[in-house]
Amino acid sequence: MTASLEVSGLAFAYPDGHQALFGVDLRIERGERVALLGPNGAGKTTLVLHLNGVHRPGAGRVAVGGLEVTRENLQEIRRRVGIVFQDPDDQLFMPTVGDDVAFGPANFGVTEPELSLRVKEALDAVGVADLADRSPMHLSGGQRRRAALATVLACDPEILVLDEPSTHLDPVARRELAEVLLGLDRTMLMVTHDLPYALQLCPRSVVIDGGVVVADAPTREILADPDFLAAHRLELPFGFALG
Amino acid sequence: MGAGHAHALHRPGDSVVHRLPAHVKIVVAFVMVLAVVATPRDAFAVFGLHFLLLVGIWVAARIPPGWLAARALIEAPFVVLAVLLPFFAAGPRTEWCGMSLSVDGLLAGWNILVKGTLGVLVSVTLAATTPLRDLVSGLSRLRVPSMVCVIATLMLRYLEVIGAEARRMRLARLSRGHDPRFVWQLGATVRSVGALFLRSYERGERVHLAMLSRGYTGTMPAFTTAPASAVTWSVALLPAVAGVLLAASAYWAW
Repeated sequence: MTASLEVSGLAFAYPDGHQALFGVDLRIERGERVALLGPNGAGKTTLVLHLNGVHRPGAGRVAVGGLEVTRENLQEIRRRVGIVFQDPDDQLFMPTVGDDVAFGPANFGVTEPELSLRVKEALDAVGVADLADRSPMHLSGGQRRRAALATVLACDPEILVLDEPSTHLDPVARRELAEVLLGLDRTMLMVTHDLPYALQLCPRSVVIDGGVVVADAPTREILADPDFLAAHRLELPFGFALG
Repeated sequence: MGAGHAHALHRPGDSVVHRLPAHVKIVVAFVMVLAVVATPRDAFAVFGLHFLLLVGIWVAARIPPGWLAARALIEAPFVVLAVLLPFFAAGPRTEWCGMSLSVDGLLAGWNILVKGTLGVLVSVTLAATTPLRDLVSGLSRLRVPSMVCVIATLMLRYLEVIGAEARRMRLARLSRGHDPRFVWQLGATVRSVGALFLRSYERGERVHLAMLSRGYTGTMPAFTTAPASAVTWSVALLPAVAGVLLAASAYWAW
């Protein structure tokens, strides 16, 4: 079966010469939820920006749902990879939530009446159907995060990529978002520093450090190894311990 | 779209004026302003009729005069020039309350005052009856270049975000005892404006990245705003036609 995401031998250096990735291999099957862990500057964001072709690999290849990331495929690749950015205010730029959710699918050629249907379904899926006509400015942090998720879901992506989804959320909003994400039944790659969240949502974790994959194992197994965590500047919050 | 994008200049409602498509209202407002500007400055009665035309629209839109007057104050700085002109302009002079005023200056001042006021009132009426987002989609329907509409859309959204950021930065300064009373104490404020500019610039890059990731290729998808029917156009254009006829009548009578 075709993998949702296939990254092999991916290496990348920034124009200033800084080498961020040194040959990353990663395969995510359809329906898997995988956490991408690692300290700041490990290359997580650089890797994510390769998935939808914002960065071009120096070496290696990336394929999404069997389709290789190339200049010609860029538009289809960006439909297949739904990135939810860390700050919802960066993602929600239209005057109303409904317009914002319609932006992606409209770019990908979806027209009325299907467009309205997509918007409604996406807003329903994250539980903010009543906010379609509201300005993002007047939403709570949790509502904004879910609206940002809806803007990507409306594009019907092959893989959902979440960049630090739990930052700036209060505990209730954090739990509500987890419930929404668990209910989505989609392939997911979640970049996070929130290790308990990774454990709750992702059965599998991939740790990158210094531009290479240093671990790819069940999340519980990785988090239960304090020496490994310490070696890669990862740490469970105070009071947490896994046997 | 009642709660769409609340703004100080917008007065939500469901009057016949509110319900008109935005692009129709933009055209009507534009023509009315042109008609006011084209009216000769000494056709005093015609300006009165222009004003009555606007009063008719306010009654139809159910906008109270006090609400409009408060928002028309934006004009005040420009009125200063109009008030000074009669004192400083050259040409034949006339006596009024012991002051020597230039006739030409009086007419020039009146010209600025009356046309400016009527123009501002037309704009405020348009803004009062049309949510901001509809104004942008209206402009886009009128074939205004899409880049201009994109910039307007982004500005509408991020003015609020940047405003909120500026308020948080100010609060953080005040919380650390910053209390600028003199010009030379403004350094911290000026530096936070600089920081805000850099932050906004970086945000701009992140927003662009997020747009690219959702398939943005440089043109905004055309969100369908329904075209207006011939009947809507012909009814809505009545005040604009009346304005043009008023301006024309002034020339004819002249």
